[in-house]
Amino acid sequence: MFRNNYDNDAVTFSPQGRIFQVEYAQEAVKQGSVVVGLVNKTHAVLVGLKRNAEELSSYQKKIIEIDSHMAIAIAGLASDARVLSNFMKQQSLGSKMTYGRPIPLDRIVSQIGDRAQTNTQHYGKRPYGVGLLVAGVDEAGPHLFEFQPSGLTQEMAACAIGARSQMARTYLERNLDKFDGCSRDELIQHGLSALKETLSQDKELTVDNTSVGVVGVTNGKKESFKLYEGQDTAALLEVLEQRESAGAEAESMEVDS
Amino acid sequence: MNHFPEAWGRPRNDVYGAYDHSYLQTTGPKAHTSSPAVTGTSVVGVKFNGGVAIATDNLASYGSLARFSDVKRLRTFGDKAIVGFGGDVSDMQYLDRLLASMDINENYSPRGNMLNAKNLHTYLAKVFYKRRSEFNPLWNHVLVAGFDGEGEPFLSSADLLGTTFSAPHLATGFGAHLAVPILRRKFPEGMPLEEISQEDAVQALKDCLKVLFYRDARSIDKYSIAVVTKDGIDLKEDEQIQGQSWAFAERIKGYGAQTV
Repeated sequence: MFRNNYDNDAVTFSPQGRIFQVEYAQEAVKQGSVVVGLVNKTHAVLVGLKRNAEELSSYQKKIIEIDSHMAIAIAGLASDARVLSNFMKQQSLGSKMTYGRPIPLDRIVSQIGDRAQTNTQHYGKRPYGVGLLVAGVDEAGPHLFEFQPSGLTQEMAACAIGARSQMARTYLERNLDKFDGCSRDELIQHGLSALKETLSQDKELTVDNTSVGVVGVTNGKKESFKLYEGQDTAALLEVLEQRESAGAEAESMEVDS
Repeated sequence: MNHFPEAWGRPRNDVYGAYDHSYLQTTGPKAHTSSPAVTGTSVVGVKFNGGVAIATDNLASYGSLARFSDVKRLRTFGDKAIVGFGGDVSDMQYLDRLLASMDINENYSPRGNMLNAKNLHTYLAKVFYKRRSEFNPLWNHVLVAGFDGEGEPFLSSADLLGTTFSAPHLATGFGAHLAVPILRRKFPEGMPLEEISQEDAVQALKDCLKVLFYRDARSIDKYSIAVVTKDGIDLKEDEQIQGQSWAFAERIKGYGAQTV
């Protein structure tokens, strides 16, 4: 029987130059339900699809506020995300305490990147089984970062991670040009549209399974992170439905003519 | 307030009575960092319309000896913040290295050093407070000048205990006695910042430094002066006090070898 001898720990390379434990961790991200993030010159938006383990249970939280200027959306092992988010909350509070300023996004993202990378290089440790989208504002404006279990971090214009996220990424790539001219509400709608693309036939977005988080600057003033969950998302989903039906009508009219 | 740096942070004799030295051990923990050795005297700063001006003289004294006459006590941080140091010069050099490494660290981020004077002042006050809590204080009194997060002129002080204080004009050490009254006369309380020009502020600092040179025996007539505005920092480190007149000294009696 064939057995992989190179995946027992995260410190051993395979002869092909791969580190299997890290790749398995990245698989864990793909198992998690999808989250989408997008950013323009004024706002950063996170949307997530929540899952419940069983009909009677509550839904797993997908968006975690780190501080009033930033939040993360998670895909993968929620318990690993809790470790990372607690660390980020501490760092953020520490920055406010010692410097009196909200921590810059690139700073905190590289900190968790370093931590995650360390886990891929020490015997007896394992990589984090979670991917993050980090959205927030600092002096340089709104930002969106992607974080992977390998320790890789990248600044993104738009991103989606988790199960069936390829559909959302395709939507984001097709509509990327529109984001920069978007208002806050329009950007949220693009996020929801991208999220909707990932749903299988029998699923739809409801007030129970949708999370939306927004942070940004309006007229040069920072607006605090706002999380929409439960009934708060009803209005947003209604707008989404109207837009979709208006879009469908326009399409069918084109076909008619 | 006592202007002798070695008295800073100690209980005042006139309030608490003379310190009972019988409690002091001759052997015991290391104590050579608990009093300053080479010291700089006053730092003076004034906010004006669109910025802040700050000045110190260039002397580092060893006790009453004018030991080093070319010590620059104004340090820039980033492109829009200045720190003026009074008190122990070696602790100033330590803080200077600390700030230099912090500046390098900040510059790794894509937008460069985004810490403003207010952030810097908060940080320095924490460093001072941490060190005094370890009974190993940094024997300084600093003024931080620059801008806050809203882009308004910022001037604030932090001392060896971690105490912070803020005002439209500030002075440390002997300057707290001699310069502040002059500044209060020139820029009375409630005077809007918009009415204070850069020229007025700089002239006021020069006047203060002259009076300090006349009356502070730990000062010298060479000084550094910096002006922080939106355009950046204008730092001059080899200035000379102009237009001195020692005529008033004729009337001073009672010192030295004179026999009245």
